Amino acid sequence: MKNQKSEAGSRKPKRKEKILSGIFIIACVIAIAGINAVTSAAEKEGRWEGVDKAVVERIAKEQGREASAPLINTEQGDLMLFLFLTAGAAGGFIAGYSYRMLTERTAAPEERTA
Amino acid sequence: MRISVKKTIMMSGAAFACCLFAAEHAAAMHIADGILPFSWAVVWYAIAIPFIALGLGRMQKLAAEDLAVKPLVGLIAAIVFIISCMPVPVPFVGTCSHPCGTGIAAVLLGPLIAVPVAVAALLLQALFLAHGGLSTLGANVLAMGVAGSFASYGAFRAARRIGSSLGVAGFCAGLAADWATYLTTSAELALGLQGAESFRSLFGAIVLAFLPSQLPLGILEGAMTAGVVVMLSRKRPDLLLKMGILKTGEAKA
Repeated sequence: MKNQKSEAGSRKPKRKEKILSGIFIIACVIAIAGINAVTSAAEKEGRWEGVDKAVVERIAKEQGREASAPLINTEQGDLMLFLFLTAGAAGGFIAGYSYRMLTERTAAPEERTA
Repeated sequence: MRISVKKTIMMSGAAFACCLFAAEHAAAMHIADGILPFSWAVVWYAIAIPFIALGLGRMQKLAAEDLAVKPLVGLIAAIVFIISCMPVPVPFVGTCSHPCGTGIAAVLLGPLIAVPVAVAALLLQALFLAHGGLSTLGANVLAMGVAGSFASYGAFRAARRIGSSLGVAGFCAGLAADWATYLTTSAELALGLQGAESFRSLFGAIVLAFLPSQLPLGILEGAMTAGVVVMLSRKRPDLLLKMGILKTGEAKA
């Protein structure tokens, strides 16, 4: 009886977690779709320039200087997209791996043998 | 609860990766190659190099004392790299800008170690993401790595000294890192680009141009810094205690 009660108790938070996870995923999808919709609409109007172009390069141009081409020109086709994705994936992996190393509890010797 | 935190982090990571997918153009404060005159580029390198050397020395010393420092540096370096190349659209301004991440690095690792962390992020961005440049790396390191780190560390310590909670102090650190970075960038640009115009008027014009996007982004960076510091204080209070971020009484509570 006692075991059943404790099982029911442990089930409750799991259900709550699932509901919260579902809400979180839906919120993420809506947020990403919203950002994409706003971004694509703004792109047509020529907005969402980075401050590097909108501020730094504009002021430099006004003062008679211009940015030179980057050492590796990544603004060709989908190259920038590929590099951003690779950088995001690599950075995300390193961050996740390091976080796991930092926070994972190492089992005590008696726990390991049990 | 542990599972829920992991799930939340995984999902945040997935959402974050989707945002990276959506980003096609880099948008940053990084000064690109060719914008600064050569003489000024050399000056900023000369000022930044001693901080980099001191930061590397401090990192080696800390890593030799404590094995947990290496994964912490890895985590923070990855966070700084991702955050500092993430363009965030500012809706009412219509431009994109990015947070710096050096606030988190300075609070958790100290301002000196945050400098080489910023160098690694900025170098990779300059080489592969057309973000910044090699000749302007010194100027960008000085703005984001040195000014951002020291301002955030100073703000964090000052807030803690007057009795602020870890979250509030973390928020102040993030805010200070972002605003100090952009103020320094403005000063570097004004010094390098001033012709007939006075430094003060050009500096004012650049600061005013940055202001609409950086005011809200500074607040966003403050919130992110507070979140990371508070999360680590719950997961690894011992580590924060060792780094002098938490006091003994707080760690027990």
